[in-house]
Amino acid sequence: MDSMTLIAIISIITAGLTIAIGSIGPAFGEARAVASALTALAQQPDASVTITRTLFVGLAMIESVAIYCFVVSMILIFANPFWDHVIAQAAGK
Amino acid sequence: MSLSPDNIIYWQMGFFKLNATIVFTWGLILVLVIGSKLITRKLSTGLQRSRWQNLMEIIVTGINQQIEEVGLENPQKYLGFLGSLFLFVAVASLFTIVPGYEPPTGSLSTTAALAICVFVVVPMFGIEEAGIGQYLKAYTRPTIIMLPFNIISEISRTLALAVRLFGNMMSGTLIIAILLTITPFVFPIIMSALGLLTGMVQAYIFTILATVYIAAATRARKPVQETESENRKNNTNHMGINHG
Repeated sequence: MDSMTLIAIISIITAGLTIAIGSIGPAFGEARAVASALTALAQQPDASVTITRTLFVGLAMIESVAIYCFVVSMILIFANPFWDHVIAQAAGK
Repeated sequence: MSLSPDNIIYWQMGFFKLNATIVFTWGLILVLVIGSKLITRKLSTGLQRSRWQNLMEIIVTGINQQIEEVGLENPQKYLGFLGSLFLFVAVASLFTIVPGYEPPTGSLSTTAALAICVFVVVPMFGIEEAGIGQYLKAYTRPTIIMLPFNIISEISRTLALAVRLFGNMMSGTLIIAILLTITPFVFPIIMSALGLLTGMVQAYIFTILATVYIAAATRARKPVQETESENRKNNTNHMGINHG
């Protein structure tokens, strides 16, 4: 197996693993945040504006972790620097 | 398949490239400027108002109210900056219903530019509110040991702001592009409707985060006259906000 195939295999598998593992944590976090927000809303409907705004901001914070993983996996697939390097080397030969 | 509209180049002369990001950004700016000029050309204070003026009033009072609820006392002062941010990001994602349009916020260059605007504006408002000495002093709170961490958090939240918006918009267009090759008929429509919702939520979040950062910069910079407990609460608030 030459290095080109090896880089391709490792990049693709890592991209899948990145988004698969990286989305577990934010999923649990968002579930907990929404559950607590719903409890708070049921107890204090008057504070719905504050709770909703804080929930949205918090969800954005939690979600950004998953987004980082997504960006990393997209870079690994579409804009992989190591892959480009190997391609440039192969073209230069 | 391209990762961002940066790769679509319409015109090139030497070093200067006119890519889709720049073209669509200019288009959005034109739409926003001409649209608001047309709406505000004949404002009326009577009961008979045009429907566009009603829309404008809803948007402006809504943004004003949101800014005030975050805790900035004088929302008119911040309305220009935060309102422009919200309108640009919202309209950029709203126009995805037009075929052939690529949202400029799906490029890291645009979102980085917007995030850098926030990065520059937050200290400006903070200094304006409390003076440069008080502002710089706030970086050493609660102790001098926290100085590097405060600076790191300032930079990392700017990065987070840029990457979050970029990731959300890019994933929206990418998912539709992938689905078009698998299930070309109905399902992409549902996903683009979801993309509209995500775009609106992201515009709201981007604006509200910028507002929260400005509020933290102006609130935490107040001279130390508060009681100890209030001070601690402010500091924990400040730290909590900075996690991005």
